[in-house]
Amino acid sequence: MASGLHDSDFKNPVVRWIDQRMPVFTMMQKEYGSFPTPRNFNYFWNFGALAMVNLMIMIATGIWLAMHYTPHTSMAFDSVERIMRDVNFGWLLRYVHANGASMFFIVVYIHIWRGMYYGSYKAPRELLWILGVVIFLLMMATAFMGYVLPWGQMSFWGATVITNLFSAFPVVGNWIVSLLWGGFSVDNPTLNRFFSLHYLLPFVIVGVVFLHVVALHITGSNNPLGIEPKSPKDTLPFHPYYTAKDSFGLVIYFIVFAVLVFFAPNYLGHPDNYIPADPLVTPPHIVPEWYFLPYYAILRAVPNKLGGVLLMFGSILVWFILPWLDRSPVRSMRFRPVARIAFLLWTVAFLVLLYCGGQPPEEPFVTISRVATAYYFAYFLVILPLLGRLERPLPLPESISRAVLGGGGQVPAGAAAKPMEKA
Amino acid sequence: MFGKPMFRTTLKAFAVLGALVAATPTPARAAGEVIHIPDTRFSFEGVFGTYDRASAQRGFQVYKEVCASCHSMRLMSYRNLVDLGLTEQQVAAIASQVQVQDGPNDEGQMFERAGRPSDRFRSPFPNMQAARAANNGAAPPDLSVIAKARAGGADYLYALLTGYSDPPAGVTLAEGMSYNAYFPGHQIAMARPLNPDQVEFADGTPATMENMARDVATFLQWAAEPELEERRSMGVKVILFLTILAGLAYAVKRKVWADAH
Repeated sequence: MASGLHDSDFKNPVVRWIDQRMPVFTMMQKEYGSFPTPRNFNYFWNFGALAMVNLMIMIATGIWLAMHYTPHTSMAFDSVERIMRDVNFGWLLRYVHANGASMFFIVVYIHIWRGMYYGSYKAPRELLWILGVVIFLLMMATAFMGYVLPWGQMSFWGATVITNLFSAFPVVGNWIVSLLWGGFSVDNPTLNRFFSLHYLLPFVIVGVVFLHVVALHITGSNNPLGIEPKSPKDTLPFHPYYTAKDSFGLVIYFIVFAVLVFFAPNYLGHPDNYIPADPLVTPPHIVPEWYFLPYYAILRAVPNKLGGVLLMFGSILVWFILPWLDRSPVRSMRFRPVARIAFLLWTVAFLVLLYCGGQPPEEPFVTISRVATAYYFAYFLVILPLLGRLERPLPLPESISRAVLGGGGQVPAGAAAKPMEKA
Repeated sequence: MFGKPMFRTTLKAFAVLGALVAATPTPARAAGEVIHIPDTRFSFEGVFGTYDRASAQRGFQVYKEVCASCHSMRLMSYRNLVDLGLTEQQVAAIASQVQVQDGPNDEGQMFERAGRPSDRFRSPFPNMQAARAANNGAAPPDLSVIAKARAGGADYLYALLTGYSDPPAGVTLAEGMSYNAYFPGHQIAMARPLNPDQVEFADGTPATMENMARDVATFLQWAAEPELEERRSMGVKVILFLTILAGLAYAVKRKVWADAH
């Protein structure tokens, strides 16, 4: 090895020259080529890669949209319609960006769901999980501010309602609201700072995604069985096995995306957002974008404003301590007969909240929202901690390769449940 | 052993996705009472639907001769009409019928001139206040994207335009208001805009209220989504391409994984 140069395995002279001085090729080969990956991923493990692609699509289309968008209350709406009419393929850029936000949330919701179902948040992946929750919060802030930019009725009134929530906090509430508004109502300064932050936050997301991936490559991936790989037989190199599998998933994702963009571009939007913002006319129902509806339902389920706001934020913040609420040593719900049912019911509660959030705040939706909210929190704060002590899990397979390749897979019935070793 | 659960979980993945999409509420939600908008058959419906150019041109005529006395379409330019099948000469002739204010000229004076194809549709009122003052306090909405801005789209526009009637027994209308079966709350400030034979179509189409309403709804849908035909034809190609690519990607995946099972 030449002094100070990295010992590169690459033969191509140009690649080798670079790699000796800056071993990015070696790093890529190690992290994405030969990276040992559990051999038993199902298609739920596509969604991390899909989220990464989605983020890139959002940033690319967003940069081009920003070239034509004008962040001013008197011009924002018209500049968006100008993009739709007069910018070459502007309609495509805008519909990809708008529906890309919905696709991003669909993909990330499935990604999070997978993490919860297969216990990916448990030791040693707690920090990986926490970084994921940080990404999700940043996504929510970015999406909310992005929806304000077209300056339609829902943009304006959604911004008014959501920013006003902060006024519920005692002492600092009104100060926070003025800071968000840049004045005393949602107006041009609000639009300007939201545009600035909407452009900034995606790059913050890129940074946290990088940390998320770094943490992932230290612990390695979880897998549907929730047991750690023990021997090289349990893993496959990332390339070509998972590059091939992710590619197929990616094309399916593009098909769903294309159906939305080309055939139902406004299906997930609200018609009121094609009415220019008017501070003097309040829409009959102010609803946020569909991906915020579960939290909106939780907010409205509580008769007290501060209580509702706290529960709404708490519904996400509770995810941060999930690794410590669930003390069961078994990760995958496949081997947790009771927790599995409890979690599937939680999924139903989440979807019920999503539905109720889009309905007017009347009976029976208020009562249904309350029951679903109660279960949402009970799952995290009561059911999971109790099940960690009380539940008797099913016997775990001896190893991934045995479960996947060895005939029959699981350890014969009657064998004692084997506590999972610490990785 | 590997194939079956994988297939099952894939199905589950799509079930989750489907549930997410299905659980998403349809945006159409009127206050209180739910008003059912009848489904009108339009040429632009469905995956391969296109705009009926003749109908949209008649719709433009209805807009120009009836709606435009109160409703602006400030996002539309006369040049856009070329996409409806009018020739550039016809568009120039239409544009030249209006006077627009331009300037300032070299002397610093504003002046009036005949419209050009590059001009925006002339608005009937100089500003919102004038529109409100002239219309009993209710400013007529701009119609540029109205088909996207109302739940039900063109179906709603057709229903609204044909939905005028005398108020049912027991309903008292406020001063200057009209009864409409499809307007949220049923009290609408716009008086019945379309009456039979109000316009004369050059192609001999009878100017019934239904024909005029359908034509103007088609025109407004086109104005709101001029990219619709291009978008769908591109979409068909993109999805065909992706479907074939999905087959190839799946075949590659199977081949790569053949020795790993």
